Amino acid sequence: MSDLRDLYQQVILDHYRAPRNFGALEPVSACAEGYNPLCGDQVKVYLRMDGDRVEGLTFEGVGCAISTASASLMTEAVRGLERPQAEALIASFLALMTGDGNGAAGADLGKLEVLSGVKDYPVRIKCATLAWHALRAALEGGDSEAVTTE
Amino acid sequence: MTAPARVAENERPAAAEALDVERLRASFPILDQEVHGHPLVYLDNAASSQRPEAVIEAVSDCYRTYYSNAHRGVHALSERSTDEYEAARGKVARFVGAARSSELVFTRGTTESLNLVAQSYARPRLRPGDEVLLTEMEHHSNIVPWQLVCEQTGARVRAAPITDDGDLDLAAMAGLVGERTRVVALAHVSNALGTVNDVAAIARLVRDRSEAAVVVDGAQAVPHMKVDVSALGCDFYAFSGHKMYGPGGVGALWGRGALLAAMPPYHGGGAMITRVTFERSEYTVPPHRFEAGTPSIAPAIGLGVAVEFLESIGLERIERHEQALLSHSLEQLNDLPWVQVLGQPRDGGSPRAAVVSLVIDGAHPHDVATILDEQGIAIRAGHHCAQPLMERLGVPATVRASFGMYNTHEEVDRLVSGLHEVRRIFG
Repeated sequence: MSDLRDLYQQVILDHYRAPRNFGALEPVSACAEGYNPLCGDQVKVYLRMDGDRVEGLTFEGVGCAISTASASLMTEAVRGLERPQAEALIASFLALMTGDGNGAAGADLGKLEVLSGVKDYPVRIKCATLAWHALRAALEGGDSEAVTTE
Repeated sequence: MTAPARVAENERPAAAEALDVERLRASFPILDQEVHGHPLVYLDNAASSQRPEAVIEAVSDCYRTYYSNAHRGVHALSERSTDEYEAARGKVARFVGAARSSELVFTRGTTESLNLVAQSYARPRLRPGDEVLLTEMEHHSNIVPWQLVCEQTGARVRAAPITDDGDLDLAAMAGLVGERTRVVALAHVSNALGTVNDVAAIARLVRDRSEAAVVVDGAQAVPHMKVDVSALGCDFYAFSGHKMYGPGGVGALWGRGALLAAMPPYHGGGAMITRVTFERSEYTVPPHRFEAGTPSIAPAIGLGVAVEFLESIGLERIERHEQALLSHSLEQLNDLPWVQVLGQPRDGGSPRAAVVSLVIDGAHPHDVATILDEQGIAIRAGHHCAQPLMERLGVPATVRASFGMYNTHEEVDRLVSGLHEVRRIFG
């Protein structure tokens, strides 16, 4: 049995209770929404680019501890990155969640490693990846349709 | 006055005795297991219940010894399958108080039953401007089929409001029933809150004000209380096998004989016709008119055994036991200031069936579900396929514990201590 305290680490609970970079961003280069129809979790990601650099990144929405903390940690980790680095970090994070070692080559996950406990709870992986899928859609220019986890 | 009561008791001695839950649990093989190192506590019965050995055995016996297509062959196996399938129809029809087994259509479940009524009963009758009245506490399966038929016909969906306590607002509902109302469709028991709607009173209210048909989603009622469709005064009653200790893949629609007889088929195919040419087909009588194709024969037979199982225990005893579980859980949960039970029963309000829907301060239902699962406790977290209700209650999701006849007071205690563990983690 996995230890729940590996899943709900203090950093995750902290980001759940006090999410960073929470709220709308103005002006904005692109937005994208993520929606998990299974549980109703919704996240909207606001992205502002300065050339090829992620200058601003915020999110808002309602979700569980895992999805909220993952979105919050994501905004901290991705802000300031160049587009290729940001894309590599997304790929690495999604690889960490799916346990796909091949995709992990590249970006150092750093603080995001606190979410690695999620991969032992397969039904919760979609919670952790929701904001990341939305960010990927925003980087691709935004999307009028919400990305879903299904 | 006392003599008749004594006679009644003597006729049904079982009803007076409390349910022997330990003995009952032994009939459900799946309950005897550990999950994450803890004995399983199964509190997700409103999503799907478990099956007793007798039902599993009946389905298995059908496939092992006599399965064949029903209503098709003249050979011995087909005759036996047909007999057992039709006998199951008779058992299920009697179980819900149908006057005739021809009024009982086997379907894939409540969802298909409601779609059948929407398409075969409502669609030919609905005109632009007509209204289908639902309630704010409906499951999506009693919303979406009506939206589809309204899109097809130009009719519109309206929703009767609920009170903050989670009861149907009957006065407001009465105001919404008028001459344009063609269908009133509502849950007998709310899957998310457990609210038991007074269908008989609502049917009278509808009859006084309109010609509308009263369509009841009975999925959450049939396993928990004695249902008698003739006493309810409704026109259609839909339910599912898998929520009433029967197999998945089978359910039923009861409909008034005269209405069913006047309805066109839902699906076209084999077994629902008397004669087919390329110019036209003639349809057979109900219920077979609505059972195109090879039905779920073994599951239907299993459902017949499930209703016998329920009758052998007695719905009154089951209801009493589940009400005791509900009271036991509410007493404890209402003592916890960080737990809010949604739509709990009030004095003078609608009763509740064996469902508790709650939210916890500072912990999302999805996280609660994970922490409970680690302790072997299976509950449902989410919107319970009732998103309009969640919006009305102002919550994105709830934690729902739903009881069945085999649950115990100790399991309620395990749930409560599990919630304390949530509190310890999320503090």
